[in-house]
Amino acid sequence: MQASLSLSVSNPAAIPRSSHGFESSIPFPSKPVNLRFCGLRREALGFSSASTYPLSTSRSSRSVARSNKVSASLGSANGSSSAPKSFDYDLIIIGAGVGGHGAALHAVEKGLKTAIVEGDVVGGTCVNRGCVPSKALLAVSGRMRELQNEHHLKALGLQVSAAGYDRQGVADHANNLAMKIRGNLTNSMKALGVDILTGFGAVLGPQKVKVGKDTVVTAKDIIIATGSVPFVPKGIEVDGKTVITSDHALKLEFVPDWIAIVGSGYIGLEFSDVYTALGSEVTFVEALDQLMPGFDPEIGKLAQRVLINPRKIDYHTGVFATKITPAKDGKPVTIELIDAKTKEPKETLEVDAALIATGRAPFTNGLGLENINVATQRGFIPVDERMRVIDSNGDLVPHLFCIGDANGKMMLAHAASAQGISVVEQLTGRDHVLNHLSIPAACFTHPEISMVGLTEPQAREKAELEGFEVAVAKTSFKANTKALAENEGEGLAKLIYRPDNGEILGVHIFGLHAADLIHEASNAIALGTRIQDLKLAVHAHPTLSEVLDELFKSAKVNAHVGRSPVAEPVAV
Amino acid sequence: MASASSSLLTKMPTPSNTTISFSASLSPALPLFPSQFYLRRHRRTGNALRVQSKIREIFMPALSSTMTEGKIVSWIKSEGDLLSKGESVVVVESDKADMDVETFYDGILAAIVVPEGESAPVGAPIGLLAETEDEIAEAKAKAASAGGSAPAPAAATPAVSPSPPVPAPAASAPPPPLPADGPRKTVATPFAKKLAKQHKVDISKVVGTGPFGRVTPGDIEAAAGIVPTKPKVAAPAVAAQPAPIAAAAPPKAASAPSTPALPGSTVVPFTTMQAAVSKNMLESLSVPSFRVGYPIATDALDALYEKVKPKGVTMTALLAKAAAMALAQHPVVNASCKDGRSFTYNDNINIAVAVAINGGLITPVLQDADKLDLYLLSQKWKELVEKARAKQLQPNEYNSGTFTLSNLGMFGVDRFDAILPPGQGAIMAVGASKPTVVADKDGFFSVKNKMLVNVTADHRIVYGADLAAFLKTFSKIIENPESLTM
Repeated sequence: MQASLSLSVSNPAAIPRSSHGFESSIPFPSKPVNLRFCGLRREALGFSSASTYPLSTSRSSRSVARSNKVSASLGSANGSSSAPKSFDYDLIIIGAGVGGHGAALHAVEKGLKTAIVEGDVVGGTCVNRGCVPSKALLAVSGRMRELQNEHHLKALGLQVSAAGYDRQGVADHANNLAMKIRGNLTNSMKALGVDILTGFGAVLGPQKVKVGKDTVVTAKDIIIATGSVPFVPKGIEVDGKTVITSDHALKLEFVPDWIAIVGSGYIGLEFSDVYTALGSEVTFVEALDQLMPGFDPEIGKLAQRVLINPRKIDYHTGVFATKITPAKDGKPVTIELIDAKTKEPKETLEVDAALIATGRAPFTNGLGLENINVATQRGFIPVDERMRVIDSNGDLVPHLFCIGDANGKMMLAHAASAQGISVVEQLTGRDHVLNHLSIPAACFTHPEISMVGLTEPQAREKAELEGFEVAVAKTSFKANTKALAENEGEGLAKLIYRPDNGEILGVHIFGLHAADLIHEASNAIALGTRIQDLKLAVHAHPTLSEVLDELFKSAKVNAHVGRSPVAEPVAV
Repeated sequence: MASASSSLLTKMPTPSNTTISFSASLSPALPLFPSQFYLRRHRRTGNALRVQSKIREIFMPALSSTMTEGKIVSWIKSEGDLLSKGESVVVVESDKADMDVETFYDGILAAIVVPEGESAPVGAPIGLLAETEDEIAEAKAKAASAGGSAPAPAAATPAVSPSPPVPAPAASAPPPPLPADGPRKTVATPFAKKLAKQHKVDISKVVGTGPFGRVTPGDIEAAAGIVPTKPKVAAPAVAAQPAPIAAAAPPKAASAPSTPALPGSTVVPFTTMQAAVSKNMLESLSVPSFRVGYPIATDALDALYEKVKPKGVTMTALLAKAAAMALAQHPVVNASCKDGRSFTYNDNINIAVAVAINGGLITPVLQDADKLDLYLLSQKWKELVEKARAKQLQPNEYNSGTFTLSNLGMFGVDRFDAILPPGQGAIMAVGASKPTVVADKDGFFSVKNKMLVNVTADHRIVYGADLAAFLKTFSKIIENPESLTM
C-alpha cells in the first residue's frame, strides 16, 4: 500500500513557503479545536529568508497544549537519560521521506529550528522506490497502450505503425525522474535552512536522538518518520531477479514474458498495467475472494472489467502463495498455492517471474524505542489521533510523534506529509487533528482510480450504527463531452452522501484523469462543504471536472436543508 | 474455468428427446427490475417420460424506465461456464451507464444468443441457461433454431449437426486420451487461456512450444488455424528488428489463409486450371514490371472491321495481327528474360490471347501471327476457342505465346492493366474504343473514337523507350489499318 499513491512534489525548491509568524503567537485555547486542514502546499505569499529564519518565537505558548498525562510518562523514563535543559534544535525529524520533508518545510515556515536525519537517501520510498519512479513507468505504459490500441486510434483517425520500446530507456526515465525529484527535495530543504544530518537515527531518550554511531543531538520535539519497506510473507524467497518486490521492479531490469503478481492492491494493479503494456502476461494471486480488495465494490467491478478482463491477465483468488522459489537450474519460478480458507494445496504455478506486492511493513527496527518504553504493534508505532506516540503503559510519550507509514494509520505519502504538518501545527500553538477521511487516494492505472472517504459498504455500516440515511449518486464519463472527445468514455463517478444534511461521505472515481479529479471532493470533505453548496459551483465547459459537477447536481439533498452558513458574501 | 468446461465437454450428452421445439415467447411488457435477469422456465410435459427441461432464457433486462433496447457490452461468462446465483453474467449498456446483470439461478451458460456489441429489445432472449450439462446440447439446438429471428448465433453454433447435437465442435471426439507419460500438467499462459476459450480450443490437446513446454498464445492460434493478426505485440524484440518480421510475413500469408473464414462463407478448392492461374500470378511477383499506356484513334480500324466482319474476321484477329506486325519491328518486346541475366529473342511471334472460360482463364496462342493473313488468323482463332471450350487444347496451343493480348473493351472497360505471364516480356491490355473530343493542330475540334492500350512489360529487358516506340508503331498500324489486310 505504499505509495503508489503519490504526492507529486513539483519542484518545491521554487516555492518558498510563506512564514506566517503571527499565527504562532496567537494565544492557544486549552480546549482542542478540530481545525480541519486542507491542502498540503500553499503558494508563496511572501519570501522567508533561508538563512535568517527566526528562532522559535513562540515556544512559551506551546506548553499549554500538553495534557496532564504527559508528566506521568516522563517519570517512567530511566534516570540516565533525563531531559536536557537546552536543545540543539526545536525539532528533529527522523526520516527524510515525503512525510519528514513536509513536516520540515512547515516547521521552518513556522519558525522552528529544524534538522532532519536520514540514514539512506533523501526522498524515502515515495521518491526513490515508490510513487515517483512508478509514475514514470506508468507514463510509458499509458502511451504504449494508446499506440497499441488500433481500434481507438482509428476512431480518432490516426494511423501509427507498430509501437515499440527500449527497456533501458524506460528504466532510465524512471531513474532520472527519481534523481531529479530527490534533488529538488534536498535543495528545497537546504534552501530553507533545514539541517540534513546523515546517519541512521535512533531515539536515545526523551528529546535525545543518536545520529550514526556516536553523534547525539537534542531537540525540543522529535518526529519519527521512518516509513516502510515491502512486506514479504514468509515462505517467499526474494532473489531480486526473478522473485522481486516493487523496489526491484521499478528498476525494470527485465520484462518477463509471464509474471505472477502476488497481491492485487494498488501496487499490484499499477504494475500489471505497466507489465501488460510492455508485452508481459500477468497472473494475479489474491488471498481474498475478490480482486482489488479495498476499493468500493462497484468501482472494483468496473475496474476489473476494464483493467483485467480484456488484458492478458488471469487470476487466482482466495489462495495464499505459501512458497515461491526463484528460477534456478533451468527451472522456472514456482509458486505453491493453497486455499485461503481450507489451507489445502491447490496448484503450483510456473512462471518467469513473481512480483510480491502484498503490502508494506513499517520500518521501525533499531529505532531505540525500548529506551522510551514503546512497544510496536506488528511493527507499527502506536499513536493517538494527534500522532503522539503511546508507550506500553498506554501513556503518551512527551515530545515524541510518529507520522507516515511507521504509524500505519494511512500508508500514503501525502497522508504522511499531512500528518507531519498537523504535528507542526500543534507544536506551534494551534491544536490540529487531521481528518483522515479527507485524504484522497489514487491508483494510476489507465484509466485511473481515485477515492476519498468511505466506500459504500463502510458508509452503510456507519449509517446503521449512527442512524442516518445514506444515498448514492452516480454519473458516467460517457455523458462527458471532454471524455468523449478523447474517446475515453469508460468511467464512473460515485458519490455517497447523507441526503438529510448534504454531507459527503465518500467519492469514488474510475475514469480518465480520476486522480486529478478527486480533489474537488476531498477539499469539500476537508472544509465541510455540503453538496447543496457545491451544486452552485461553476465548472468550465468542456472539462472532465463536469463529471463531478453532474455528480453533485444529481444528488438529492432534502429540500428543507438550507445552504450552510459557510458561504460568505463575496465582492464582485 | 477451463477445467470445468473441458470436463463437461468430454461427457457426451444424453439427448433424451430433442424433438419438441421451444417457441421463444416474448413477454410483452416487463416491470422495471434492474440488474437482474428475466429467466423464464420452460417445462415440457408432452412426452410419456415427462422429461423436464430446465432451460431458462436470459432476457434483456429493462435497466431504466425509458430503456427500450439494450446493447450487450460484454459477456462476462462464456458458453459452458458454470454460473452461480448472484454472479454477474453480462454487461448491458443502458442510456447512461453500463450495468452488470446478475443471474438468479445456478446453472450453465449454454448458449449466447445475442453476441457482444449487438443490441436486443428489452425482453428479448439474449442467452440460454441450462440447469445441467445434459441440457446444453438441447439449449444449443434451440439457440440455433432461434437463429432465424435472432441476429446471429453464428459464434455460438459454428457447426451444429442436426442430430444428435453436440455440446461444442471441439467435443465431438471421444474424451482425449491422456498423454502416455502420466498426468503431465499443461501450463498455459493467461493470454493463451483466453484465446483458447475464445476459439474453443482444448488446451490439453495443444502441444506447448514455449519455455518449459508451456502453451503460448501462438500455439493456440496455430491450433485454431489462425495466423496471428498482430505479430507486433509490444515485445522489445519487435522494435529492435522490424525488418525480419516484415520479410517473414508475406510467405506466411501466402502459404496459409491469412484470415479465418467468416461465418457463412463457403470454401471451394481451385480447379486445376485455377490453381495454374494462381501459381502463374504469384510467379509474376518476382518480375519487375512496369506499365505504359497509349491512346489510339480507332475510326479507321472500326471502318475496316465493318468491311471485313462479313468475311469472318474478328476484332481479336485484327488486334493480334496489328500487334504481331508491330512486334516484328520491335523484337525486344517479343523477347523474354528466362534467367535474369540475358535476353531470349524469339524467332516466332506467337500472340497469346486471354480468354475467360467456365470460371477459368486460358490463353490460346495464335502462332506466327505476323506471317498469317487476317482471314487465316480469324479461322485459326475460331478453332482455338472451340478447342479451349472443349478442353482439347494441346499444350503448345496455350503455352507457346511470346506476347499476350487481353481485351476487355467489349465489356466497356476503358482501361486496365494486366499481369505479366511468366516467360513473356510484355502483355497488352486493350480497353474500349470511345468517342472522344480531340483538337487538331489548327484548333478544330472533332469527335474521334479512341481506345487506351496499356502494356505491362518486364523492365529487365524492355525499357520505357522500347515500349513507347513499340506502342507508337502499333498505333500507326491501327490508325492506318490497310496494311493489316495485305
